[in-house]
Amino acid sequence: MSLPQRKTDIGPPHYEQFLPPVIKKNLGKWKYHEVLNPGLMVHVAEGGDKIWTVRVASPRILSTDTIREISDIADKFCGGYLRFTSRNNVEFLISDEKNVEPIQKELKAKGYTIGGIGPRISNVVHTQGWVHCHSACTDASGLVKAMMDELYEYFTTKELPNKVRLAVACCVNMCGAVHCSDIALVALHTKVPPIDHERVGKICEIPTVIASCPTRAISPDPAKKSVKINEEKCMYCGNCFTVCPAIDIHNPESDGVAIVVGGKIGSLRSAPKFSKLAIPFFYNEPPRWPKIIAAVKNILETYAKHARKHERVGEWIDRIGWEKFFKLTGIEFTFQHIDDFTFMRETMRSTPAFKW
Amino acid sequence: MSKKKHETPLLDELKKGPWPSFVKEIEKAAVRSETANDTLGQVEKSYRTRRGYWKHGGIVGVLGYGGGVIGRYSSLPEEFPGVKFFHTVRINQPSGWFYTTKALREICDIWDKYGSGLTNIHGSTGDLVLLGTDTESLEAIFAEYSSRGWDLGGSGSAMRTPSCCIGPARCEWANINSLEINYQLTQEFQDELHRPAFPYKFKIKTSGCAVDCVAAIARADLSIIGTWKGKIQIDQAEVQNYAKKGMNINAEIVNMCPTQCISYDGKEMKIDDAECSRCMHCIAKMTKALRPSGERGATLLMGSKAPIVVGSLLSWVIVPFIKLEPPYKELKELIRKMIEWWDENSKPRERIGEVIEIKGMRSFLEAIGVPPSPAQVKWPRKDPFIFFKDEDFEKVYKKGKY
Repeated sequence: MSLPQRKTDIGPPHYEQFLPPVIKKNLGKWKYHEVLNPGLMVHVAEGGDKIWTVRVASPRILSTDTIREISDIADKFCGGYLRFTSRNNVEFLISDEKNVEPIQKELKAKGYTIGGIGPRISNVVHTQGWVHCHSACTDASGLVKAMMDELYEYFTTKELPNKVRLAVACCVNMCGAVHCSDIALVALHTKVPPIDHERVGKICEIPTVIASCPTRAISPDPAKKSVKINEEKCMYCGNCFTVCPAIDIHNPESDGVAIVVGGKIGSLRSAPKFSKLAIPFFYNEPPRWPKIIAAVKNILETYAKHARKHERVGEWIDRIGWEKFFKLTGIEFTFQHIDDFTFMRETMRSTPAFKW
Repeated sequence: MSKKKHETPLLDELKKGPWPSFVKEIEKAAVRSETANDTLGQVEKSYRTRRGYWKHGGIVGVLGYGGGVIGRYSSLPEEFPGVKFFHTVRINQPSGWFYTTKALREICDIWDKYGSGLTNIHGSTGDLVLLGTDTESLEAIFAEYSSRGWDLGGSGSAMRTPSCCIGPARCEWANINSLEINYQLTQEFQDELHRPAFPYKFKIKTSGCAVDCVAAIARADLSIIGTWKGKIQIDQAEVQNYAKKGMNINAEIVNMCPTQCISYDGKEMKIDDAECSRCMHCIAKMTKALRPSGERGATLLMGSKAPIVVGSLLSWVIVPFIKLEPPYKELKELIRKMIEWWDENSKPRERIGEVIEIKGMRSFLEAIGVPPSPAQVKWPRKDPFIFFKDEDFEKVYKKGKY
């Protein structure tokens, strides 16, 4: 069997060939949109043309079978056009109004989860975890599944004060960019990694290992033809493991998950902000991590109860103050919450004006 | 195919509940693929022992490319031979993640032939990610995809696959054609995408407005965000309709405006456009009544990244306003200058934002030919540790402008 002639550097196919005709016709000419139900919106063009979008949840890891099934549905109701969102939702693009009800009916019948539009939770951005990643301190897909089973209604029906963006990163490298999410889980190592000196000399490039350390905790150990770690400086990021597998940071007994809150990306009302530490550590409890999920739900529901309409989690906390956030959520404030990395000076408070 | 059926009591727990289950997806693929089947086995073991079993590294790829494929191996190949190799192939996604079902089926057919049948749609950077194949299939996979118009994305110390929001395709707020900008930049930097030659990764993300649906401001070395210079048009009849439908316009719009530039007396809404910072709150909440008008363009911001190595950064304003129209010559030239400066000043594995912090914003702005502007800072320097160059006295201070 011969292979077709390969081509290089052609780039992606031009997007225009994948646009439904009504979108092609009205490119840049949309007037407004309306959210009709939690998983349905309509965009109206200046000339009156309309396109309806039905959004469904996706587990992000998709088998080719599921992609074919989604394609069958899009063939039946969408003229063969669909898209994915930046948070990995599936969006069915419907040009013909008479298909709007039937597609929702069929999606429900086939067990798809419709929702995620408006002041709700959308699909959860996450990393690879134990399914695929070498530096994972937890599983990302499993945490997301357990979390969204519990928060399901906030995707499908229930309203929140504003949208809440959840994310999961299976290590501090944060491929999923959880550092600016409303509520996010980030997995951590918590112990200084042991060094297999025998293997370091054989399989690792020592200058690269030293350079990989953010806190300069790693220095050469010439006697052993290896490296040593200053334990007071190491904050267990695992970056050394990424360049040198002989420094195996995995530790099933002490790896776990932190919760960070209050980040946002859009510039609406207030500038984008980083997520900040709410709970420093939970032990890994696969397969369903019940304590972590309960803690996320508590933070979400405290926000839902106390925030004003349109406030994001971070805006709500900024208004009420962090001292009140810890009081309302009942989360214990610990030494881990006070920054002792490079950024302490901008995080400490310099006024006696705060709330009890 | 001889197949060992793995017992997966822990993963089975994640088939329960209403949210779509990734375990069911892996099981579907496992019907045909030994790779997917042994993925189940190995992940179950991770759930049992609470640690991962993947090894990274090893140079794998396709001929002539240095990126686009991530090498991955099981550290337990004897126990799980199906995942001895588990490489990832990044396919460069179309702008805005639009597909026809024909295209998706084509992608699936090829992947079923050579890979595990498992995908990530999509990966964090935006590529269409194919999960799990062996080294010897890579050339065949590339031949099949590229002959049908699909190319690999970026990986390693390279230009990463640019991504963008839905833009003018289905959004009334798009101030720029994010789809075309994304396509043109991806094409322009093919060599940089496929042959890693940078100090570290370089990401470009384009959003049509300040809502920033692709999180450009948090995770792109170059964040292109559409904006406008002009008035917010008001349809007073639609304002009344919102009020009639129960919107508390004073509480939800007027009082939440960060610059307090909106007023509403129960009949008419007024906006002092000179005071507006174009944050999008009012427009996003009153889609039928309010819309931007006037000159369109983008703000270019730079430097954002996730925590590794020295902490997270958000992008900083570099160019407050730039017109962006095809063929985007000025933008492409600016990017080339940015990359050049970064290349010259960086150590390995330093993102451009980190290098700007070390070398100073002045060095960077001068290198790319962008003048200083108050829009670039939250406030001017607060310490008195001021650097001067001789030319500054000649150019500014001797002129007695102050």
